[in-house]
Amino acid sequence: MVATALAEAVTYPAAGAALDIEQVSHAFDIDGTELPVLSDVSISVEPGEFVALLGPSGCGKSTLLRLVAGLDKPRAGRLREDEERIRRPHPSRVVVFQDPTLFPWRSVWDNVALGLEAQGILRSQGQRVDAALDLVGLASFRNAYPHQLSGGMAQRVALARALVNDPKILILDEPLGKLDSLTRITMQAEIVALWQRKGFTTLLVTHDAEEALVLANRVIVFSERPARVKADIRVDRPYPRHRGDPYLADLRRQILGLLGLDATW
Amino acid sequence: MSTYSLSDGLASGAPRTSRVALLASWIRESGVGVLASIAWIAFGLSCLWWQDVGDWSRTHSLGIAAFIIAAIALFGTVGADYLGSAGQALHKRAPWLVALGAFLTVWEVATAKFAWLPLPFFPPPQAIIEVYTDDLPKLLDSVFASIKLQLGGYVIGATIGFLTGVSIGWSRAVGYWVHPVLRFIGPLPATAWLPIAFFTFPSSWSASTFLIALATGFPVTVLTWSGVASVSNAYYDVARTLGAKPSFLVLKVAIPAALPHVFVGLFMGLGASFAVLVVAEMIGVKAGLGWYLQWAQGWAAYANMYAALIVMSLLCSGAITLLFAIRDRLLIWQKGTVKW
Ligand SMILES: Nc1ncnc2c1ncn2[C@@H]1O[C@H](COP(=O)(O)OP(=O)(O)OP(=O)(O)O)[C@@H](O)[C@H]1O
Ligand SMILES: [Mg+2]
Repeated sequence: MVATALAEAVTYPAAGAALDIEQVSHAFDIDGTELPVLSDVSISVEPGEFVALLGPSGCGKSTLLRLVAGLDKPRAGRLREDEERIRRPHPSRVVVFQDPTLFPWRSVWDNVALGLEAQGILRSQGQRVDAALDLVGLASFRNAYPHQLSGGMAQRVALARALVNDPKILILDEPLGKLDSLTRITMQAEIVALWQRKGFTTLLVTHDAEEALVLANRVIVFSERPARVKADIRVDRPYPRHRGDPYLADLRRQILGLLGLDATW
Repeated sequence: MSTYSLSDGLASGAPRTSRVALLASWIRESGVGVLASIAWIAFGLSCLWWQDVGDWSRTHSLGIAAFIIAAIALFGTVGADYLGSAGQALHKRAPWLVALGAFLTVWEVATAKFAWLPLPFFPPPQAIIEVYTDDLPKLLDSVFASIKLQLGGYVIGATIGFLTGVSIGWSRAVGYWVHPVLRFIGPLPATAWLPIAFFTFPSSWSASTFLIALATGFPVTVLTWSGVASVSNAYYDVARTLGAKPSFLVLKVAIPAALPHVFVGLFMGLGASFAVLVVAEMIGVKAGLGWYLQWAQGWAAYANMYAALIVMSLLCSGAITLLFAIRDRLLIWQKGTVKW
């Protein structure tokens, strides 16, 4: 319902973009030695697809997201958004980082307004900020400063700051990690509703196999560092999905097996 | 005796205890005010009771003024409840009024009345009051001259320092050229330039402005620079993914994030520039409080020196207070900042 408010406030239509990750490898230099992080990763994402990325901690998921965002260049391989090479950041690909990184000197409202302000359209599109704050349930905190928020609230502000830009590709790096289970379930439903309504392409990194299965129509499982695509699983299930669905439970067991956990789970 | 009054209180019941408690609470509430009043009455009496050992014209008025302050202290604190915020403020400062009254009494007695402290060097309070009443035009001229010089130099130095700091923090090329110059020249005390500045600049006023700007500029530059350099890359990443251009990154990310550092530099620059101001006025500019001090010393007018020192410390403290107020406004987002 609140998602409708945001959708109506947006004036131009935005559909999802296709994303092609082609044979991407990446590495970091730490004290002169090379640390390979991504090894020959190829993923082709259809416009409007919701892809969840799962993998062991430190395998390179955040690194891949930075490459997709255009913040770093891969050592090898190519990334393309709608056939166009990704060379630098662009507001059509918005990231919600693992850490909320709100600007402490800006109020909540000003933080959410950041993207519109940077693109010079805040004056004409200011109502989108209010709609986004409504969406994450923080309208009454619009004048608060980040140090006055809880960790979960800060994470929701970061989500609002991304959504307000109406991206073609929404990149989410464990955005719900710090939320309590109740808010988490609500936010998951809101993300799905928003994604269905707007049709943007979504890339979601998560540690939670169940979250991946409830939200995504495709789950990609990575190996240990350096990350390789270990499995690419379609989740053909209509929304809203139920956590108790035996089909999903079966997939979950399969995924946990791939991540090295026994099927006793 | 205490056991007696305790049992007495217990025996005779509530009304008596409550009267004692009432008295105790009244003393706690108003006692300091009464004490302050006593201290100022003592000061007034000390002015009027004995003959002055010297020839000062304001002794009588000072004594009267002390009695007026005593009355204000008494009624102000006793009636604090009816005076609103002014009464509250007075009540909070009452202990200081006690200390001040006591200090002035001792000072008065030790100088004007018995000359325990050697006389021309330790003038009594009424001599300083006399300076404020009789030498006011000259003192005011000096105050305005000092403010004008200080303000001009400080604003120029702070602006240039801030812009330089942002440029070196942001641009590697600017840093390459400016950093060595800064390292070479910056640590030199600005007063070392004094002799050169006074004959290379067209006027002593412009030379002093330059020196004050120099003293201000160095700390502001260094701290602005370190502030900009220490901004977390995560902020830039966020802004860039949201479509920020380089100008936005400088103006809306780097500068606001660096502002707490900038203010540290501004405070340091203010302190350094006061020192330069006074020295420049003493040596080159024939105006201002530093010059007034120098002039007073030449005439062995010690009361004038103390009077000028008091004004000077009020001005410096006022400037710092103003800067704190500006900082608190701009950095309202910071939690737990130091209160001045
Ligand atoms: N800027 C960097 N410089 C050097 N090494 C880095 C850098 N960023 C990441 N790494 C290294 O790359 C590896 C992968 O990091 P990444 O943040 O992508 O992991 P992740 O899969 O997101 O882990 P998590 O699930 O714990 O967030 C880690 O071993 C990390 O040490
Ligand atoms: Mg990560």
